[in-house]
Amino acid sequence: MSYIGQSVPRANARRLLQGRGSYVDDLRLPRLAHVAFFRSPHAHARIRSLDFAAANSMPGVIAVVDGRALANYCKPWVAVLGHLKGIKSPPQYPIAIDRACWQGEAVAAVVAETRAQAEDAVERIEADWEPLPAVVGMEEALAGRRVIHPDLGDNVCFKREHDTGGVDDAFAKADLVVEETYEFGRHTGVTLEPRSILADYNAAEHTLTVYHSTQAPHMMQDIFSRHLDIPEGNVRVVAKDVGGSYGIKVHVYADEMATAALSVMLRRPVKFVADRLESFLSDIHAREHRAKVRLACTKAGEILAFDLDDLTAIGPYSVYPRTSGIEGNQVVNLTGGPYKHQQYRAKMNVVFTNKNVTCQYRAVGHPIAVALTEGIVDLAAMKLGMDPAEFRRKNLIPDDAYPYTFPSGIKFEKLSHHQALDKLLELMDYKGLRAEQARLRKQGVHHGIGLAAMIEVTNPSPAFYGVGGARISSQDGATLRFEPTGMVTCMVSVTEQGQGTEAVFQQIAATAVGVTMDRVRVITGDTGTTPYGGGTWASRGAGIGGEAVLQSGKELKSRIIDVAAAILKTDKADLDITNNEVINKQSGEPRLELSELGRVAYFRPDTLPMDFQSELMVTRHYTPRGYGFAFTNGIQASLVEVDIETGFVKLLKHWCVEDCGTVINPMLVDEQVRGGIVQGIGAALCEHCLYGPEGQLLNGNLADYLVPMAGEMPYIVVAHVSTPTRTSELGAKGAGEAGTAGAPGALMNAINDALAPFGARVTAQPFTPERVLKALGKI
Amino acid sequence: MKRQIRPPTSILPRKGGGARRAILPREGGGKYELERALDTTLIVNGTPVTRRIPARQHLIDFLREELGLTGSHVGCEHGVCGTCTVRVDGKIVRGCLMLAVQADGRRVDTIEGLSDSGEIAALQEAFHRHNALQCGFCTPGMLIAAQDLVANEPGASRERIREHLSGNYCRCTGYQAIVDAIEDVIGK
Repeated sequence: MSYIGQSVPRANARRLLQGRGSYVDDLRLPRLAHVAFFRSPHAHARIRSLDFAAANSMPGVIAVVDGRALANYCKPWVAVLGHLKGIKSPPQYPIAIDRACWQGEAVAAVVAETRAQAEDAVERIEADWEPLPAVVGMEEALAGRRVIHPDLGDNVCFKREHDTGGVDDAFAKADLVVEETYEFGRHTGVTLEPRSILADYNAAEHTLTVYHSTQAPHMMQDIFSRHLDIPEGNVRVVAKDVGGSYGIKVHVYADEMATAALSVMLRRPVKFVADRLESFLSDIHAREHRAKVRLACTKAGEILAFDLDDLTAIGPYSVYPRTSGIEGNQVVNLTGGPYKHQQYRAKMNVVFTNKNVTCQYRAVGHPIAVALTEGIVDLAAMKLGMDPAEFRRKNLIPDDAYPYTFPSGIKFEKLSHHQALDKLLELMDYKGLRAEQARLRKQGVHHGIGLAAMIEVTNPSPAFYGVGGARISSQDGATLRFEPTGMVTCMVSVTEQGQGTEAVFQQIAATAVGVTMDRVRVITGDTGTTPYGGGTWASRGAGIGGEAVLQSGKELKSRIIDVAAAILKTDKADLDITNNEVINKQSGEPRLELSELGRVAYFRPDTLPMDFQSELMVTRHYTPRGYGFAFTNGIQASLVEVDIETGFVKLLKHWCVEDCGTVINPMLVDEQVRGGIVQGIGAALCEHCLYGPEGQLLNGNLADYLVPMAGEMPYIVVAHVSTPTRTSELGAKGAGEAGTAGAPGALMNAINDALAPFGARVTAQPFTPERVLKALGKI
Repeated sequence: MKRQIRPPTSILPRKGGGARRAILPREGGGKYELERALDTTLIVNGTPVTRRIPARQHLIDFLREELGLTGSHVGCEHGVCGTCTVRVDGKIVRGCLMLAVQADGRRVDTIEGLSDSGEIAALQEAFHRHNALQCGFCTPGMLIAAQDLVANEPGASRERIREHLSGNYCRCTGYQAIVDAIEDVIGK
């Protein structure tokens, strides 16, 4: 039987439900020491001196270390990629040396017997600071009157220009040109489990074992190896349960590198778990953009061209090893993505500032590209007096136009925009909602309906990072081992972060081999046991790891049948496996229990022919090829009620129709999409890392930084169109980021739809009550 | 979205329950008052436990660090996220906002005890069936908060469930499956 497409519960959820998970902070090792960091209170300051005398005399203190001392144990890094031409960034050290470049950058570390003792001693460090002028605003950074890193010449980390040609002509002959500037507030992932790392250096063996809350164990193995100068084979990275990641835990963090270096220096295990206040100051932020977008179209509503000018700020360093240029690059790649216009021009600047660093967070660049595309599309429809759904139908790339090359250069294998749009409008009863909206408006109740079509990058090939020189694997592997009892152990390089990776691999392996799901045990997150691979990011786990499991499972099945044929002295072609038994392919008659086959293969191979050796362990890898990415598509809709007196936005309902190809487990996909939508809603309505003019984070705690709560979130309807990718046998594309990609744009359009009778629009996220009231001219 | 007034940043504790308070009072030869330990006896998951506990240690740190009950998690340490939710004398509390010595003479129940006793088995089963968890970090706190509602408000509506859970953040699921699971149990 096939488990593909079945909503089966996750086996590994049971331990989490009983509090028996194993997150990094749950581990206990002998001689474990704890590190706490002394962080800069200034956005930009020279360190004249650090006095550790008082800290060193505090109870339980093992070591107090500055950046210079630790630099002997860990090489600095520079986060650039070869295919992002011209990208630049200064070297970054595990602990800053001489100068702090953002508020929260660690400048010293205290290692003590307990975390509390380490924190007590941190309070006793005396620093003599020379505050330097901070570059806080994006425009200020771009203008470059003050340069944060003088060696680099200016504050521009990376810039990109793209032009198909013909854009000015298109705008000149257009019947309608609309222009709007959209702003996006920087926000962050808020993983409920903070960043956590326990590094255990064994001086006798010169080995390093790192228990790490990470999405990419092999990438981190490579990085620990190269920067701490330990042979790769001596480094093992173990990611057990990970308490949320969303892209936050796929980067190299200075304080985590410092923790590993301290373990080497002190020759004992050292643990660092960020507290929530540190998380806000040091987890990557994302998506601080200001983007001006222009759209040209005809009277009949045909979009002719998009013109984009995007400015984004990333803090003082490009983040290693993925760089902080990718997000803006994605905005350029994806803007206008669902539509069939042929002219496109984009200009994008990525600048350094003295704020916390930013990098790839769930749906990298998509929420920006989708919101500004869909915002300007709605504005054009409104100016033309066209229904926004009809305007989209007129302009979406036709479902029979594939393969298709979009003007930004990206290639689509096959998308289903029109099917998705039709399904969405039916699902939400679009016409009914419009009628209801008109009726309620007369009663002074202001409903808004917003749509957002989108494309999504999934299953990236080496084109994403590998070609740029990053040692980030785009291929993944699966090893399947047949056990004597007829069980199958499945070891995969993709990691589990709660999205259900292990469950879908269990489904695929069971289906491919012909066993029931309870016979499959999945192991992930350990460089010491799994094949080499990229891990979890860019919506790649099911599509890439899943294909490796499928191919491995098919081969294992074939090898099991080889053994069965030898035992039964039957032609292999006559045998099959189903429901844990070898059967006769034609009649379905049971021939051999797999547990019996395992007994013979492992314990009585003497009974098999002399020239027969069973090989019941198989590894297969899969690399996506042919297309740079397996693009998916989808469309979301948001229904809101805006209180025009208070500016509050009430979320009434949300819909998402998306096409991730083969749906392996609908329940898991739907719930992941919902979670993504809620993260997108958070960014659009309330999440914002607010900085003051001196570069101080004003709301770096969970009381002041608002994340969505159960009471505020709407009912979310998720549905699918299925266009499997033909680049793999499984046909699965990614779904993990779809929700986050489209929700902010849909919500913005819904709010603006509600505000339309007042001639008001909001374009700066998050859409707080204050901003809504300002748009209405009430404050 | 409407929010309640939250405590100002300045009073927030740090991870280890260590410093970041304005003044550390001293006694005698420079030993911190807050390092003073008190003999404390509490009943944890039905078993009496006696320890000498530093006065400044939070209940959640005591449960995790001293007793190895790592099922309750530490998410924010300022009483917002709800991952450290445990039960004290039958009432749900934030383990990060209560000192361990304040639990002297009280009964503390954690996810481990509530799982072993079977008290929350129906909720756990429903959460599993509905996939009402992803990373699982919020889940123990979420289950204990949910059980409070199941036990005390058998007729709770979906809106009431959502309201009750609003002190427990989940960053993965979008909440819908959690509400579905709890509604399932309440409806039975």
